[in-house]
Amino acid sequence: MKIYEEIISAGFGGQGVLLAGTLIAQAAIEQDLKTTWFPSYGAEMRGGTANSTVIISDEEIGSPVAFAPSALIALNRPSLERFLPKMKEDAVVIANSSLIDSKDFESDKRIKFIPISEIADKEVGNIKTANMVAVGALIKHLQAPSLDSCLKALETAFYAKPKVIPLNIKAVNAGYNYKA
Amino acid sequence: MVKKLVKGNIALCEGAIAAGLDAYFGYPITPQNEVPAYMSRKMVELKRVFIQAESELAAANMVLGACATGKRAMTSSSSPGISLKQEAISYMAGMEVPGVIVNVQRGGPGLGNISGSQADYFQAVKGGGHGDYHLIVFAPANAQEMYEIAYNAFDIAQKYRNPVMLLCDGIIGQMMEPVDFNKEPKTKFEYRDWILDGCKGREPRSLKSLLMEDGALEKHNLDLQKKYKLIEENEVKAELYQVEDAEVIIVAYGISSRISKNAIKQAREKGIKAGLIRPITLWPFPSKIIASYAKPGVKFFSVEFSLGQMVEDVKLAVNGKCPVDFLGRAGGGIVSDKDVLNKIIELAK
Repeated sequence: MKIYEEIISAGFGGQGVLLAGTLIAQAAIEQDLKTTWFPSYGAEMRGGTANSTVIISDEEIGSPVAFAPSALIALNRPSLERFLPKMKEDAVVIANSSLIDSKDFESDKRIKFIPISEIADKEVGNIKTANMVAVGALIKHLQAPSLDSCLKALETAFYAKPKVIPLNIKAVNAGYNYKA
Repeated sequence: MVKKLVKGNIALCEGAIAAGLDAYFGYPITPQNEVPAYMSRKMVELKRVFIQAESELAAANMVLGACATGKRAMTSSSSPGISLKQEAISYMAGMEVPGVIVNVQRGGPGLGNISGSQADYFQAVKGGGHGDYHLIVFAPANAQEMYEIAYNAFDIAQKYRNPVMLLCDGIIGQMMEPVDFNKEPKTKFEYRDWILDGCKGREPRSLKSLLMEDGALEKHNLDLQKKYKLIEENEVKAELYQVEDAEVIIVAYGISSRISKNAIKQAREKGIKAGLIRPITLWPFPSKIIASYAKPGVKFFSVEFSLGQMVEDVKLAVNGKCPVDFLGRAGGGIVSDKDVLNKIIELAK
């Protein structure tokens, strides 16, 4: 089957949405797929919004800019509001219900509300791992990358800080295994 | 060899370092800040020269000075900063000093914005600085090419004693892709008989662009033209994508060529024969290649993140044999694959 995913990871600056995208791209490499990663750049700051776009395919990738994204991680409300109208009809949308009131978006059946910040804080034990919880929750619904590739990618992404790898593995698993 | 996920800007640094870059001179500006940031660490670790200059003008003139002594030197900036470097670039062309200049383009004119843009084509290809000169201009379209073109740029610059420019854009610079860092570091370089390395035991030499003697400057210009002709004969590079049977041919470079490829795939699925000629060198321009596809029934258009610059060279190459149309957006606006597809469909009718 042809693999093609356009994934947007978005949230507050500081929530690690660029790193979440990087992990997905690295996981694609672990699986021998083609990938591109493109950030919002320049005038970003802590507290503002940031996003990265990752494209994964088994063929050469043209544009690194997504025109009809197939997946979205929205860690905060402004990100969900901004990207939801751009998403494909059958897109996978993971929204952080710890920070977004799900009632306001009930009519959109694409959205899977998951208390991402809460899982990171209480189950994983570190609120900073919310980005990794979100990656875990997302990839369960995608053609690629696989959970195994993501866990392998963590070792590459954090090779300079091996101490944090177990915590991040725990976070990705927590997201992947979350049941509503 | 495992591919590493890096930004285009970093791939470019690694290519230049592997090419034996002796000195990097820069000044910060988005979207190329990764280049001076990375060089400030890497060049110092390698015990080579890194200087954050006091201005873009100074940085470009430092490249001129370093290259005059036979060293491999580079500067990078983005559009407004490249405008400031034009004096040194024209001098390097006149003095035949092989500096390497990188432009990670942003929106213009003026200070513009920080989005990716391709509006500096005229500046890079048609002059920018004053005088009858050409830069050899490369347009990488992915991170691997950023690495490989940077790796080869210094050899080509020195071979022809001509400044080389890498014309990229904010998107190619900022995006990450897997890169295979597969090149051997270059260490041995031929001695060149024009460099200024101290005249002990030999006749003194000079490098200058001021030629006041009767007829000297005209002769120098004619010699430069001979060199440019040689470069045009030998250094043209382009990628051809599904052009053999194409009835609609897009000409696009860098980021817009990638978006065009998406559109071409979609057009082919609809049974429309579309193809792409992607110039990898913008000067020398692949005019002969384009001309060879200018047959009856074929329609051309260029796709640019500008309001129509390279399209002029496409028209010159096609030379009236086929219609040439244009699609582009300016100021950081992004042409989508849908826009390109619609244009293909419109022309295929």
